[in-house]
Amino acid sequence: MKISIQKADFDIAIETQQLREANPETGALVTFSGLVRDMDNERQVESLTLEHYPGMTESSLEAIMTEAQERWSILDASVIHRIGELKAGEQIVFVAVVSLHRGDAFSACEFIMDFLKTRAPFWKKCRDEHGESWVESKASDDEASARW
Amino acid sequence: MIAIHYFASIREALDCEHENIDLPDDVKTVEQLISYLIKKHGTPWADVLGAGSLMIAVNHEMTDSNAVLDAGDEVAFFPPVTGG
Repeated sequence: MKISIQKADFDIAIETQQLREANPETGALVTFSGLVRDMDNERQVESLTLEHYPGMTESSLEAIMTEAQERWSILDASVIHRIGELKAGEQIVFVAVVSLHRGDAFSACEFIMDFLKTRAPFWKKCRDEHGESWVESKASDDEASARW
Repeated sequence: MIAIHYFASIREALDCEHENIDLPDDVKTVEQLISYLIKKHGTPWADVLGAGSLMIAVNHEMTDSNAVLDAGDEVAFFPPVTGG
């Protein structure tokens, strides 16, 4: 399992290649990438600044990924989450899961992402034409993680 | 001694990132710690730590205000998370 909290951008092709090479028995590879939207609540987003809780971030992601491994038959998984200031259109987060068959990888990838959004200690501050404000959590994210 | 960390909007509202305090004998839970901090610091703490949306971690694990505290613990207060 790979967990990386980093300022630098990531290359999906390189990340998936590493997973494939490390897990030659892979039959299914599911990835999710989250990007900075250019509009939020009808406002033009300039950038997001991502803050996190060093130490707890890594341990909470490890717990989420371990739970995914217990619930589904997956071979390996990677999570990359960027921190610092990110402009509209930039990549924020990457989740990849490999398994023998697609069902396990699809479910585990969605589970990891839903739990990351509600359990991992990251916070976004949004800069738009009106200034800066902290992004509010969404009830839909709580509902998404509650269904698991 | 316990270490307390504040994050994101809570850190800004309190203008405080981190503090260390010697745990008083009558502070055994997070709930009692919150009462102690409100008494110690006054107004902004009462509003911020009294919010229903407050999230709490002890030693990097999410928990609630009933969590029991020991010397050496690391406590964090933060708003609902918004990563991803």
